[in-house]
Amino acid sequence: MDNKKENLAGRLFGSFIRYMRRFLFRVLSVGPIPNHLAFILDGNRRYARKWDLGEGMGHRAGFLSLMSLMKYCYELGVKYVTIYAFSIDNFKRRPEEVQSVMDLMLEKIEGLLKEESIVNQYGVRVYFIGNLNLLSETVRLATEKAMKATSNNDKIILLVCMAYTSTDEIVHAAQESCNNKRHEIQSVMKMNDAQNGDIGKKKLGENYVIKLADIERNMYMGVAPDPDILIRSSGETRLSNFLLWQTSNCLLYSPKALWPEVGLCHLVWAVLNFQRVHTELEKRRKQL
Amino acid sequence: MAAMQSFQIHPSTLKHQRFPHATRNKLSPNTCCPLFSFVSKATILSGPRGNGVLVNCLPPVDNHADEDLGSVPPDLWKDSMPIHVAVIMDGNRRWAQMRGLPSVSGYEAGAHAFRTVVDLCCKWRITVLTVFVFSSDNWTRPKVQHLVEIDFIMELLERALRDELQQLMRKNVRVSLIGDSTRLPKPLQVLLREAEETTKNNSQLHLIFALNYSGQNDILQACQNMALKVKDGHIEPEDINKFLLEKELETNCTEFPNPDLLIRTSGELRISNFFLWQLAYTKLYFANSLWPDFGEDEFVEALSSFQQRQRRYGGRSGS
Repeated sequence: MDNKKENLAGRLFGSFIRYMRRFLFRVLSVGPIPNHLAFILDGNRRYARKWDLGEGMGHRAGFLSLMSLMKYCYELGVKYVTIYAFSIDNFKRRPEEVQSVMDLMLEKIEGLLKEESIVNQYGVRVYFIGNLNLLSETVRLATEKAMKATSNNDKIILLVCMAYTSTDEIVHAAQESCNNKRHEIQSVMKMNDAQNGDIGKKKLGENYVIKLADIERNMYMGVAPDPDILIRSSGETRLSNFLLWQTSNCLLYSPKALWPEVGLCHLVWAVLNFQRVHTELEKRRKQL
Repeated sequence: MAAMQSFQIHPSTLKHQRFPHATRNKLSPNTCCPLFSFVSKATILSGPRGNGVLVNCLPPVDNHADEDLGSVPPDLWKDSMPIHVAVIMDGNRRWAQMRGLPSVSGYEAGAHAFRTVVDLCCKWRITVLTVFVFSSDNWTRPKVQHLVEIDFIMELLERALRDELQQLMRKNVRVSLIGDSTRLPKPLQVLLREAEETTKNNSQLHLIFALNYSGQNDILQACQNMALKVKDGHIEPEDINKFLLEKELETNCTEFPNPDLLIRTSGELRISNFFLWQLAYTKLYFANSLWPDFGEDEFVEALSSFQQRQRRYGGRSGS
């Protein structure tokens, strides 16, 4: 009997909290809402040390925090969420730690594919961004499977940056642009030869030049617009090789809370700051 | 040295410099000219003080400068000063507007601050100082008033370079320019080249002016240069790597292209298309004060914040 009463009280309280949160988001929605939020999930290990949790438990706590934030973003109307899950630089860590993070990733990716997961509940489309060839075979296959399985969802898009650094992304975009340009020119020249025509050196010369659009098209992050806010937890004020190209006009916010401690209030504060500077940013974007 | 330092209690740990929230000054951001609100315009002014508006912007001759070398304040560690500091000098026009003065006065005051920072960098043995003078994004602003202000700044830059070159030589400061100089007036381009050529052997401080600079364009031109090498058969696309690309960026004029510390004043929390590639691991420091108010104390705070950080480059500190 008591258990039933407790369950009922718990459910009522939960509903009340959800109602208040939705009311808060309604109020926030009077102003502009960011379309794309990016997060650097910093401070998981410090959190585990702070609360004396075991090795790897900090990342699990971080994952729970991520799921809550995804839910809030969905309710708020944010369309794109990008997270910096694992950098290429992180491969320098102790092999045991890298392995435990990879195991956690694999477990969570497989969890995403289950029926009752948050991905299906909220219609999340998942992209894995980065140099996925650096990942182990099992993880890479799991990411491909997850991307395929969620390709029909369109309510909110989650971009998980794994084996990613911005410099690697730019180098890759440069390589792809060069390759594409070369193939383009070769096929034009072949066509020219076949038709015994004379395109003219000047016209061909124009095609040699790589343009901004070529680079942007070949970026791993080309599937999403530039982020509006970049949030890095734990108070560090560095980009750490994350989205360097895409954050040139993005608002930067760095709360002191460690990642597992980041919650609704930090999100609301970030959105309020964004709304304060948004008008100015929009004017600049339109003029560019 | 770094290991020893980790066991010392440093006085600056008593004031934890975290990410300061942007506190707006009394003016609404919309009243400030977006053209100049996020790039430094205050750096170069020149001419005699007679008209009460223009001042010499570069450090005065100081015959006792050698005695000050290396004398850092007690709050800072001499041996862990950043090698390369980058500055976005923001807030000059807002500073002038707050005082009911014309924008030119804001630039004048900003020039004082610039002079102070250059002096301090020479004194504290900072090797490279990059200042974001002018963004290429500014050219796209259509308003006539903005274009008039740009012309004004170009003119002042010309006068400064003509009058201050000798002082630069005396201070042993090397000047470089990054950015697309082709849109600048011809006389200014000539003067800049001359300044670069004359000061190229100076070694105390490398002062880099980012004029008409855009981080994205910098990366794009580096990619274009690589593409030309591919076209000419020198390299294959697969050979393109981050080291080759970095060598093609405009910051290849210095041995230390990547800033250790970026300071942006006036509380704006953005990079605004300044360095992008080069800021991969840079400590970002956002100061609430406007650029003309940025003095030695504020610079010490920024440097102290830099010295407190623990850079791991993605790895893990020993445990």
